[in-house]
Amino acid sequence: MSPTLRTPSGGRINRARTVRFTFDGRELRGFEGDTLASALLANGVHLVGRSFKYHRPRGVLTAGPEEPNALVAIRRDAVRVTPNLRATEVELYEGLTAHSQNRWPSLKLDVGAVNGLLSPFIPAGFYYKTFMWPRRAWKRLYEPRIRAAAGLGRAPEHPDPDSYSNRFAHCDVLVVGGGPAGLAAAHAAAESGARVILCDEQPQLGGSLLCEQDPGAALEDGAWLARTIAGLMAHPRVTVLTRTTAFGYFPHNLLGLEQRLTDHLAQPDPAQPRERQWQVRAREVVLATGAIERPLVFPGNDRPGIMLAGAARSYLNRYGVLAGRRAVLVTVSDEAYRCALDLHRAGTPVAAIIDVRPQVAGELPEAARRAGLPVHTGTTVVGTAGRLRVKSIRIRKLDAHGEPRGAVERIACDLVLMSGGHTPSAHLFSQSRGKLHWNEALQAFLPGESPERARCAGACRGIFSAAAARRDGENAGTLAARDAGLVVGAVIGEPALGPAHGAAASGELPQPAGRPVSKAFVDWQNDVTSRDLLLAAREGFRSIEHIKRYTTTGMATDQGKTSNLNALAIVARQIGKPIPEVGLTTFRMPYTPVTFGGFAGYSRGELFDPVRTTPIHDWAAGKGAVFEDVGLWKRARYFPRPGESMHAAVTRECQAVRAHCGLFDGSTLGKIEVVGKDAVTFMNRLYINGWTSLAVGRCRYGILLRDDGFIYDDGVVARIAEDRFHVTTTTGGAARVLAMMEDYLQTEWPDLSVWLTSTTEQWAVIAVQGPSARQVLEGLVQDVDLSAAALPHMSVAPGRICGVPMRLFRVSFTGELGFEINVPADFGQAVWEAVYEAGRPHGITPYGTEAMHVLRAEKGYIIVGQDTDGTVTPDDAGLAWAVGARKPDFVGKRALERPAMHSPQRKQLVGLLTAEPHVVLEEGAQVVLDARAAPPTRPIGHVTSSYYSATLGRSIALALVRGGRARMGQTLYVPTPRGNLAVQVTSPIFYDPKGSRQNA
Amino acid sequence: MRDLSAARQGPYVAASPLVRPLSPMTRLLLRGGADARAAALAALGLPFTDTACRAVCASGRAGLWLGPDERLLLAPQSQLMELSERLSAALAGRAHSLVDVTHRQCALEVSGPQAGVLLNCGCPLDLDPSAFPVGMCTRTVLAKAEIVLWRTGEHSFHLEVWRSFAAYVSKVLAQAARELTA
Amino acid sequence: MLLINCPYCGERPELEFVHGGQAHIARPGSPAECSDQQWADYLYRRDNIKGVHAERWRHTHGCGRFFNALRDTTSDQFLATYKIGEQPPVPAQAQPRKATA
Repeated sequence: MSPTLRTPSGGRINRARTVRFTFDGRELRGFEGDTLASALLANGVHLVGRSFKYHRPRGVLTAGPEEPNALVAIRRDAVRVTPNLRATEVELYEGLTAHSQNRWPSLKLDVGAVNGLLSPFIPAGFYYKTFMWPRRAWKRLYEPRIRAAAGLGRAPEHPDPDSYSNRFAHCDVLVVGGGPAGLAAAHAAAESGARVILCDEQPQLGGSLLCEQDPGAALEDGAWLARTIAGLMAHPRVTVLTRTTAFGYFPHNLLGLEQRLTDHLAQPDPAQPRERQWQVRAREVVLATGAIERPLVFPGNDRPGIMLAGAARSYLNRYGVLAGRRAVLVTVSDEAYRCALDLHRAGTPVAAIIDVRPQVAGELPEAARRAGLPVHTGTTVVGTAGRLRVKSIRIRKLDAHGEPRGAVERIACDLVLMSGGHTPSAHLFSQSRGKLHWNEALQAFLPGESPERARCAGACRGIFSAAAARRDGENAGTLAARDAGLVVGAVIGEPALGPAHGAAASGELPQPAGRPVSKAFVDWQNDVTSRDLLLAAREGFRSIEHIKRYTTTGMATDQGKTSNLNALAIVARQIGKPIPEVGLTTFRMPYTPVTFGGFAGYSRGELFDPVRTTPIHDWAAGKGAVFEDVGLWKRARYFPRPGESMHAAVTRECQAVRAHCGLFDGSTLGKIEVVGKDAVTFMNRLYINGWTSLAVGRCRYGILLRDDGFIYDDGVVARIAEDRFHVTTTTGGAARVLAMMEDYLQTEWPDLSVWLTSTTEQWAVIAVQGPSARQVLEGLVQDVDLSAAALPHMSVAPGRICGVPMRLFRVSFTGELGFEINVPADFGQAVWEAVYEAGRPHGITPYGTEAMHVLRAEKGYIIVGQDTDGTVTPDDAGLAWAVGARKPDFVGKRALERPAMHSPQRKQLVGLLTAEPHVVLEEGAQVVLDARAAPPTRPIGHVTSSYYSATLGRSIALALVRGGRARMGQTLYVPTPRGNLAVQVTSPIFYDPKGSRQNA
Repeated sequence: MRDLSAARQGPYVAASPLVRPLSPMTRLLLRGGADARAAALAALGLPFTDTACRAVCASGRAGLWLGPDERLLLAPQSQLMELSERLSAALAGRAHSLVDVTHRQCALEVSGPQAGVLLNCGCPLDLDPSAFPVGMCTRTVLAKAEIVLWRTGEHSFHLEVWRSFAAYVSKVLAQAARELTA
Repeated sequence: MLLINCPYCGERPELEFVHGGQAHIARPGSPAECSDQQWADYLYRRDNIKGVHAERWRHTHGCGRFFNALRDTTSDQFLATYKIGEQPPVPAQAQPRKATA
C-alpha cells in the first residue's frame, strides 16, 4: 500500500485490521471499514471502469449510491458473481475479489475505446438513425453487435445459490435515512411512544455526519450523535435497519426495503439468507434521504481523478484517504471550499480554486484565502488532459458578460474536484406521487405537499446544515408521532431552508462561443454529453420526457442521480424556458438496483408455488406414477411398469378399464356443498339444467354458463337432501366457480336462504370404473345395495366402506359401469389400498389422467377448457339437451337467445377420424376444406382433443368445426408439416353410443 | 372385512422448532342467520359474540368468526357425532348450513416469543398485540396460501390450513424459522 | 399494495382482496324483456373513469364478502367503502366523473 495516500490517523476505519483484496487480479490492501472505492483510492487506483458507449477510462466520481462510473463485479466463487455493484458501496472484506467491467482485453487497453475516437459520429439518436436499413439486419446484425459492445457487467450464468427472505412489518413511524434529520426524527417519534423503524443504506448510522472530521462541531452538540444512536439501538419500540435501502414507495404508505445481510462478510453462513426484503406499512413516513452533490459540466470532465468535492472530503474524513497529490477545486458555491480547506489541512496541495462567480466573499472563501489557497474567481474550465488519469486542467477568465476571453492557463494536477451545489434526494417522495416545486433561491426542486401520510426532513427538503437538519428531523418526528395518534410534547418550529448555493444552476460552465463543445459529460453512466442534449433540442425535442428517451440521459441504472438537473438546465437554456417550465422526468423504483432474489424471496425451488397433493399421492408415488401439473395440483398421469413407455402404459390402463376394472384418484375435483331451503332455487337460477325434478339420491350432469352464454364449468351434481346438493366442478374451476356462486348469491340474490361451503379437500374421491367394479366393491361396502336397480347410473347413496363413512356415487366418466367413493380425506389412502387389494383378483389397475382423457374422449365427453375455450355454447358442444327449456331464466339464458348463438355456421363439436388410422393429429391443429390448401389457410375449425384409442385400434379426435354437425361423413383436411391429412367428420361419440355399458 | 375407521392419515407437515402440528379435531362450518349462530354457540356451551374477527372458546371447543354469517366450530376429535346431533337439534327450524369440514384442513401451532415475527415472513397483517390481540381470528394469507390465523396467546397462534397446502405452509415457516433460530 | 378498509374486518392489505369490476351494475330483473343491445350493455359496457370510481371488491382471503368502494383512479386513494346494497356514503363525491363528457 502506498503510505502517502493514507492519512497518518483519523477516519472511521479500523487501522488495526488490514484487509487483503484483489482488483483485476492485483493484490491490494485496505482497512476494515473501507469501501472498495476508498481502498482503491488509498492504493492510488483511480481507473476503475470503462464507459458505457465510448469506453472512456473512468474513475470514482462519488462516495455513495449515486455513483455512475465505478461499477464492478464481485466474485465470491464460481457461481457467486454479482455484476454492476457500486464500488462506493461495496464494503471491504478479507479476500474480496473485484473485477472491472466493459473492457477488453484489459482496463488499461480497451479495444472498444475506438468508439471514443468515433464519438463525433455517434451523436444522440445515432443508433435510431443509422441502423434502420435493411430492416432484417437489425435482429441479426446490428442489435447483437451493439449489445456486445455496449453495456455493463455480465449477468451471472448459474442459478443463484443464495437464499433470500421476506418480512412484512408495520410501524407508526418509518424513518428513511439515518443522518442528522433521520436520527432526530426517529428519536423524537420513539420518545412519544411510537413504534419506529429506522433504515439506512450505510453500514453505520450518521449519514452526512460520517464525512465530518468532527460531527459534534457540525451539529453544535458534541455528544448528540453517539447518545442518539445508542438510545435508538436500545429502545424496545425501535427497529434499526442498517445496510437497508428503501428502494420503493408504494401506495398507502407501503415501502419496500432491501436489507443486505451477508454481502459484507468474508465468510457468510450459507444457511442464512443473503438479503431480506421488507414490506413496511407505516402510519406515517419521515423521509430524511439527504442530498446529492451535482457535478459540473465542462470539456473533459470525466477523466479518472475528477470527482465530486464532497466525495473527496468523505474519503479524507471518513476513510483517511487522500484522493490525489495535487488538487484543483472547481465550484459555483461556498460549501465546496470546506473540501479545499480540509485537503489543505491534511497536507494535499490545492493548486487552485476555480470559482465561476465573479465575486466571492463568504466566510469559507475568506478562510481559504487566509490559508493562502489561490482562488480564481470569474473563471471557467475549458478543458482537461490526461489519458488514464487527469494531468492538468485548462482555465480561462470570464469577462464582464461572462464570456471566456482571457488567456488559457494550464494548471498541473492529479485531482479535480467539482461542486455544482446539492440536489435534494426526492426519489422516494416523487415515487409516492408527491409533486416537486422549483425553489429559485436554492436553485433546486423541493418536495411539496405529500399525497401520502409522509413528510420530508433535512437536506432532502433543502435544509442543508447538519444542525438545522437535526432540528427539522426532531420537528418531523414529533409531528409524525402526533399524526400516528400518539400524545406528543411541545413541537419545535421548522428551521429555515438553505443555505443557498450562491449561483444559478446553469448546467454547463461557460465556454467560448462558436465552437462546439466536446466531451462535456452530463450523464456519466450513459455517456450523454451537453452536445447530445443541445442536438436534441435543435432537432425539435421540447418535452424533457422525449429528450430523455432520445438522448438516454438519466436512463441508466443510476437513474440520473448526478445528471438530471444539469441536463434540465442545459435544455432549459437552449430552448429559452425557465427550468420549472421544462419540468422533471418521473422517478421510478428502485432507488438503487435490487437483486431479483430479493423479489423472489422464498418463492423459489420447491416453494416457488404451493404444490398440492391428494391424500392418495404417496401411494401413487410409491407405485412409480408419473405426475402432471394441473393448476397447483400434482395428478398421477400414468403408472408405468418398469421399462414401459407412456404409450404402452396408457394403452394398458385403458384396456384394463374397458375389460376389467380401473382405479382412479379423482380427489382434485372441486366440490361445493350447497345448503339451505332455497338450494334448489339457487341451482335453477345458476345452472342451465332443471333441478326441481331431481330426486334425493340422484345425480345430474350440470353445466354452468356465464351470463354471456358460454360454458364456464361442468360437473356432476348430486341431491343429498331436499335442501342439500353436492356440486362437483372441474379441478381447475373449483375456486372460480365458488367465487361466481358467492358473487350471485351476495350481490344479486341476497334474499335466497342458501349457503355455500367448499368441500373439495374434505373428500378423497376414489373412482372404480369397469365391468368388474361392482364385484370389487361388494365385499367392502356396507349399508348400500349396489345393484343396478337400487343404485342405477347417476345416483348417490350414503353408507360406509370398511367402517368409514362415505358418499357413494354411481357415475362414470369412462363409459363403463362406475362408482366414485367419497370418503373423508384422512381415510383416503387406507380406503384406496383396501379397494386395490380387493380388486386385484379382478385385475384392478390404477390409471392416471392420460388414460382418463382417452376413455372420456372415446365417449365424446368434453373437458371444459380443452374442448371449450370461452366461446362455446351448450349447443355448440352438443349439450343442448341439458338446457332446462321451461325455466324462465338462468345465468346465460338471455345471451343464448341472440340470433348469432343459433347460427348453423357456429363451430360445433364433432369427431374426426384420420384416413390413416394410426396417425394421431396434433391438438390445436387447424381444419381446412381444401386438400391442397397451403398457408395461409382459412381454417374452419380446430382439433381440441386427439388420442390413440387402443380400444378402437385407431386414432380419434374431437374438433370444433364450423357447421360441423351438417358435415357428417365429409372429408376435411388437417394441415401438418408433412402435408395435409384427410379426416372424416363423425359423431363425437366413438364408443358405446347407446350407453349400455355404463348402465350395466 | 377390515375396519379402517381408525386408519386416519393427515397431510404432511414439515417439522420446525416454532411450529408443531395439532392433533386431529372436529371441524364444522356453520353459515346462517343471527338466530342460528346464537343457537349453535349455545349448543356448544360457548359464550355468544358477533364481534368480527373474534373467537370464543371454552372447555376445548371454539367458535371462530370467519365472516358475518360464517363460524368455524372446533371441538375434540371424539365429539363429531355428538356435536352434529346436538347442533342439528338446536338448529332445527332455523335457516342455516352446517357442513363437516373436519378433514378439509389441519391445524398448526406457531409459538414462542418470535411467533409473530415468524408469521410475518409471509403474512401481511400487523401481528403486534395492539393490532392483533389474543382472541383475534381471521382468514388471511401466508405467502401463496390461504390460512385461518387465530391468536390463542401472547406468543401462540393457531393456524388452520387446507390440507393440500399444509406441506407448503409448513415448509415456508420452516425455512423462515431457520433465520430466527440461527 | 393498497390498504383497503373492509366494511366487516377493517383495514387489510390488498393481498387479501380480489377486484370485482365496476359497482352498481345490477343484473336486469327480467332478462327476457331486454333487447339484445340492453343485454350487451349490461354484459360489456363499463365506465373508464379518471377520478372517483365506484368499484366492487371481495375480501376473498378474509370474510369472503363482496363490498363496494369509491376510489380515485388518479391517486389510488379510497374515499369510502360500503356494504352491498348500501348507497355510496359520500353523495357529493359519489357522482363519478366521466373520462369523456
